[in-house]
Amino acid sequence: MADATLDVERRIIGPGHDSDSVTRQISEIPYGTTPKWIFAIWAVGLVLVMVLLMSIAKLVFVGTGVWGLNVPVAWGFAIINLVWWIGIGHAGTLISAILLLLNQQWRTSINRFAEAMTLFAVSCAVIFPVLHVGRPWLAPYWLLPYPNTMGVWPNFRSPLIWDVFAISTYFMVSALFWYTGLVPDLATMRDRAKNRWLRIIYGVLSFGWRGSARHWHNYEKAYLLLAGLSTPLVLSVHSVISFDFSVSQLPGWHATIFPPYFVAGAIFAGFAMVLLLTIPVRKAFHLEDFITSRHLQNMANLMLVTGLIVSYGYASEFFFAWYSGNPFEIFAIAENRPFGPYQYHWMSLIFCNFIAIQALWFKKVRTSPLALFVISCIVTVGMWLERFVIVVISLHRDFLPSSWDMFTGTRWDWGLYLGTVGFFLCMMFLFVRFVPMIAMFEMKTLLPEAKVKEDAHG
Amino acid sequence: MKDAQTPTAPAEAQTEHSRTAPSEAPTKHGPRHAAELSSSFDRRRFLTVAGASLGLAGLTACTKQPSEKIVPYVRQPEEIVPGKPLFFATATTFLGQAVGVLAESHMGRPTKVEGHPDHPASLGGTDLLAQASVLDLYDPDRSQAITYQRRIRSWDAFASEILSNAAALKAIGGNGLRILTGTVTSPTLAALLHQLLEEMPQARWHQFEPAGADNARAGIRQAYGEDLAPRLDLTRADVVVAIDSDFLTAGPAAARYAKDFASRRQVRDPQALEREGMSRLYAVDSMPTATSTVADHRLALSPTEVAHFTVALAARLGVDGVTVPAGGDEHAAWVEEVAADLEAHAGNSLVVAGDYVDPEIHTLVCAINSHLGNVGATVTYSDPVEAWPAGAAADQASSFAELYTDIVDGKVDTLIMLGTNPVYGAFADQSFAAALPRVRLTVHHGLYADETAEHCQWHIPAAHFLEHWNDSRAYDGTATIGQPLIEPLYAGKSAIAIVAALLGRPFVADDELIREHWQTQAGADMNEAEGFESFWRRSIHDGMVAGTALPPKEVTLAAGAAEAAAGPLAGRSASGLELIFRPDPNLFDGRFANNSWLQECPRPITKLTWDNALLMSPRTAREHGLGDLVSGNDQSKQAPLVTLTVGNDSLEVPVWMVPGHADGTLTLHLGYGRTRGGRVADGSGFDVALLRASGAPWRVSSEIDFRPSGGTYALASTQDHHSMEGRHLVRMADREDYLHDPEHAGAQHHHGPIDISLMDGEEFPYDGYAWGMTIDLTACTGCNACLVACQSENNIPPVGKDEVMLGREMHWIRIDRYYQGEDADHVNAIVHQPVACMHCEQAPCEVVCPVAATAHSDEGLNDMIYNRCVGTRYCSNNCPYKVRRFNFYLYQDFETPSLQLGRNPDVTVRSRGVMEKCTYCVQRINQARIEAKREGRKIADGEIVTACQGVCPSDAIVFGDAGDPESEVSIAKDSPLDFTVLEELGNRPRTTYTGRIRNPNPKLVARLGAPASSEETTHHG
Repeated sequence: MADATLDVERRIIGPGHDSDSVTRQISEIPYGTTPKWIFAIWAVGLVLVMVLLMSIAKLVFVGTGVWGLNVPVAWGFAIINLVWWIGIGHAGTLISAILLLLNQQWRTSINRFAEAMTLFAVSCAVIFPVLHVGRPWLAPYWLLPYPNTMGVWPNFRSPLIWDVFAISTYFMVSALFWYTGLVPDLATMRDRAKNRWLRIIYGVLSFGWRGSARHWHNYEKAYLLLAGLSTPLVLSVHSVISFDFSVSQLPGWHATIFPPYFVAGAIFAGFAMVLLLTIPVRKAFHLEDFITSRHLQNMANLMLVTGLIVSYGYASEFFFAWYSGNPFEIFAIAENRPFGPYQYHWMSLIFCNFIAIQALWFKKVRTSPLALFVISCIVTVGMWLERFVIVVISLHRDFLPSSWDMFTGTRWDWGLYLGTVGFFLCMMFLFVRFVPMIAMFEMKTLLPEAKVKEDAHG
Repeated sequence: MKDAQTPTAPAEAQTEHSRTAPSEAPTKHGPRHAAELSSSFDRRRFLTVAGASLGLAGLTACTKQPSEKIVPYVRQPEEIVPGKPLFFATATTFLGQAVGVLAESHMGRPTKVEGHPDHPASLGGTDLLAQASVLDLYDPDRSQAITYQRRIRSWDAFASEILSNAAALKAIGGNGLRILTGTVTSPTLAALLHQLLEEMPQARWHQFEPAGADNARAGIRQAYGEDLAPRLDLTRADVVVAIDSDFLTAGPAAARYAKDFASRRQVRDPQALEREGMSRLYAVDSMPTATSTVADHRLALSPTEVAHFTVALAARLGVDGVTVPAGGDEHAAWVEEVAADLEAHAGNSLVVAGDYVDPEIHTLVCAINSHLGNVGATVTYSDPVEAWPAGAAADQASSFAELYTDIVDGKVDTLIMLGTNPVYGAFADQSFAAALPRVRLTVHHGLYADETAEHCQWHIPAAHFLEHWNDSRAYDGTATIGQPLIEPLYAGKSAIAIVAALLGRPFVADDELIREHWQTQAGADMNEAEGFESFWRRSIHDGMVAGTALPPKEVTLAAGAAEAAAGPLAGRSASGLELIFRPDPNLFDGRFANNSWLQECPRPITKLTWDNALLMSPRTAREHGLGDLVSGNDQSKQAPLVTLTVGNDSLEVPVWMVPGHADGTLTLHLGYGRTRGGRVADGSGFDVALLRASGAPWRVSSEIDFRPSGGTYALASTQDHHSMEGRHLVRMADREDYLHDPEHAGAQHHHGPIDISLMDGEEFPYDGYAWGMTIDLTACTGCNACLVACQSENNIPPVGKDEVMLGREMHWIRIDRYYQGEDADHVNAIVHQPVACMHCEQAPCEVVCPVAATAHSDEGLNDMIYNRCVGTRYCSNNCPYKVRRFNFYLYQDFETPSLQLGRNPDVTVRSRGVMEKCTYCVQRINQARIEAKREGRKIADGEIVTACQGVCPSDAIVFGDAGDPESEVSIAKDSPLDFTVLEELGNRPRTTYTGRIRNPNPKLVARLGAPASSEETTHHG
């Protein structure tokens, strides 16, 4: 491992760094001046946030009818976006929890970034299940189980109730995990603060961290425990989301493959989003030493693997439709998706999520940040299309041809969707600007000097 | 039932409504504004509403109910128990003719009409028009004040004006006075008008109906030499041939005819079917109608071919003087087999022609029926039901033309128009509006300040039939003295009152005039000992005057009539396209255009709402470069606009392709393109009167062309997909196959449970009531009466055209219509399938609702708890029948006071964001339950009648306790024809269907070599 910094392909931290340089380079970003381009991103993001607020106001004051929904397509963008955002969040949890437990050291430089992404993605996601209901002013508390004067409990058989628990747990654990990991670095920020106010703010946020051995001991324990808690969530959250579909009896939804297929899809989408964000940030802040080519390659590999699992899911849907002999299922999967009125959506999905990722077999592609960036964009779009195909194409033509209809998103559908993208961008770059986006103290453990000490102890 | 004129009870009414009103942020989207919904929401309006809503939204958590006073009656009106409805017998009229109804009154507010079980034109059922009539009463667009030159005047002012005019007119014998009415059957009104004509011999009474039965009258007069009203007895008819006739759903007797016809078709039990047989219906027409969809054989022919067919049929049957037309063997197999079948059932067969086919066809049909000995058996004739001005022109169209000419010639001084709208209804060559200024004094009387009112000096708002005393005659002459249920909401007056004013008695109440008339009439029918008062009360209570049905007359066919009629028919030829005009199935001639229930009710065949279109077969459209019939909603959202030219006139109109329509023929429906019909009527559809000349009101056979004008038009159709896609959703079998193997003939009765479950749990036993329903697809004609009845009973809001286009119509029961055949050009059958919530025992909607807002009752009802619903719409996604309806906006109009009066207080008025669906009329179930409990007994079979069941003229719907093996619904479910839609899903719906049995003529089937009914193979759009 000691020569890891020398092998350009395998190194996870650039050469010539010591504790001081790591801290300086990373903390320089929050303490430096704000680069102009960040203002540009915030501007775009804030405009989109205004669109978001406008879309929410329109929706709440006028009604669900501002969306393109109808009967039979009673779910549309809101559910697509919910699943999409939740899926994006998955990479963060996977990186921070599972890779930690598996002792994958390369996770260190990207974990905080990915966790922040998870947090903001889940924030975007929760907007949708609340707003998509007809009476959003009731849903938040009627869906929660608590003893109430009405004497009514939620229906625990409904997957939507499972969603409530899955998503809220996920959000809470992700937030805790992210924040716990931040505490030592916030203390570093406090110590390096150049004025009183910053010292107070970072001081409060760092909970009085002094870096004593006891602190480190407790910290390591807590972090490991949270990692242990998060690990099942990586698998469970999207499985539960997939139950929304698989528990129903709608052809195209009612499929046992959904939980693993959704989890793989989520990780797939998550890594695409991490790549999509890290590649430009890495370039802009010259973080090539910390987020190395190996990081990008590893993530590309994971994307390829999960992408292939997802593609396998597509294939197995066809197989099971045929194998079931159920004419409704065969129609929904094998006729209406590839040949129905939404066939171009389906074809684009296959292109984005199956054909485009085949490029990742080539090392040249995996080592080219630009190519990875483009592929990540394609995959992100592809994963949105996947949810469109599942939600809309299954609903719009179900059992009785008399009720078949079409769905088109309205400007308010798009407004809410793009609005959450804007919110996500704003939050992400606020994070980049004000919080150390790479875990400084963890990076130090990767330094050769850390190894030396360990070896000496050993 | 009492004949008391029930007063309105404003205090109670308000209380009732504020209790049900929700406390949510209001928006402006009522049904009246529905058409504007998503289009015109500009920034200002948004901010206004947003601001107001924000203020109000905060209040939702702690709604303070407005303080209400509940004041008891000082003197309790007789028979009123708050919360319990009363039913009063009265009658709606359609084309002047009565259909007896029982009007339901909640605390003085009529909310619904039910068919009158004893009235001959109803026998308990009604058509959709009668059901929708309640909405007209509360229509906020009704004219609300007497006006002179658009300024509000009092009745006194009108009375003094009319009295002074009447005096002056009387002095000159009424010269220049003209009265224009629609068809009049009211004995009192007719008597008053005749009195007026006696007092003023120079005055004239004209009648005008844009879609009247002139052709039928003329044809019958030609055949029998006098004016006669035909009356069909379909219970005796074994073989019926309908020549472009929609006798099952159109016209004032349709409900009765449908009932009679169904009684000969609905045979569930194979033994009974074997024993009693089943009638057979052949239909020949251009545009399929509800009647031709239930026919055992249908032949799509152009109007000219229909004429040839009739001649050939008459000739083949040997009607005197009719010879087979040259080259008329195109449909030889049809003609021969139909003729043979008619002959085999001579005396028990019936040929019936539609009101709008040429008079000569009617004459020939009369000749055929006379020849077969059907007259006096399956068809009888009586004196006309309608009152006819003595010495007037022979038919309404000529009478109207005469009036028009006289106006143009300046011969008309005073024109009084009673309940008619000639400016809209006049033919293309009569510009009535332009002529009206030539009349010195014009008075218009109508429910709406319509196109005619716009051009008149005086406008008198008409009272709705539920607001004034009236009398009328049914199709068989039975008279009804109709009682009002409510004081006129506005200053409405009856036609009787206006004619009485002309006679110098403007302040005499309607009921007094009607009593006076019946006092003179009652002699013959009245039991002397009984006294008039008793006669009066009994007649009103019964909803009809006993013994007033017109007796059948002996008729003899005029010599040479058939020959004279056959000649022109046989000689007719069409060059190129032909065009027929027909009244709209819902709006008729446009008089119902402001009724949003009817506007939004999908037309039985086209499934279009809110618009008419140029209807043609897919082949004709293709041949004119309009492309193929496409599936999905491209057909509706981008209907091609064409310029239709008839002679020198042209009209731009969208095209709607109708599989099964006769090739080379175009159909246009009347009733649209209103300009002053009210907020609902205006701007919907296209006014085809521009193409309709007085000489050719129903059929144009030359100089027709149409070409695409390049544009498209968005039509709102509730069904975009017309084929069953090979799915076994509607099961049908031929009678022979069914008799041969009842268990397997298409109807596929299931044997043994197919409910395979992973769960080992106990089944809920349902040891109380187990409500269930069956719908007989043999009887169903797709007439939509159930749909409108449900809308009326259950406070279902109309949503407007834009929302229908988005697929958001709210109807709890819909009628799916599927075409069967090889492709869109070869339609073998058109089937109807009413679909409402099936009340599945293993309801997929219930499991997925996170807040348990839809739950199962211990009687098997799938209940909606509106208060609890947050609107996730998951239930709708998981419903395989897609019967759930979601309030995407605040569709209900919570603001218009008159509409609030019309709601059923027993049914929750749903607000925005809530899912709703058929409840099996749970309010009626509970009413019966309370009644039964009070009397300490079980609810009897047949005690609960759902709204759809009650109105169904053909008794297709049976409802009851499926757990009781003796109940009618259990017996229906035991039939081998009983089947479950999507049974394989294991949801165990409580609504099942009785498969459709057709009774084709085996000989004709053999000769045509086509499967009359079989598993459908079609895959067209």
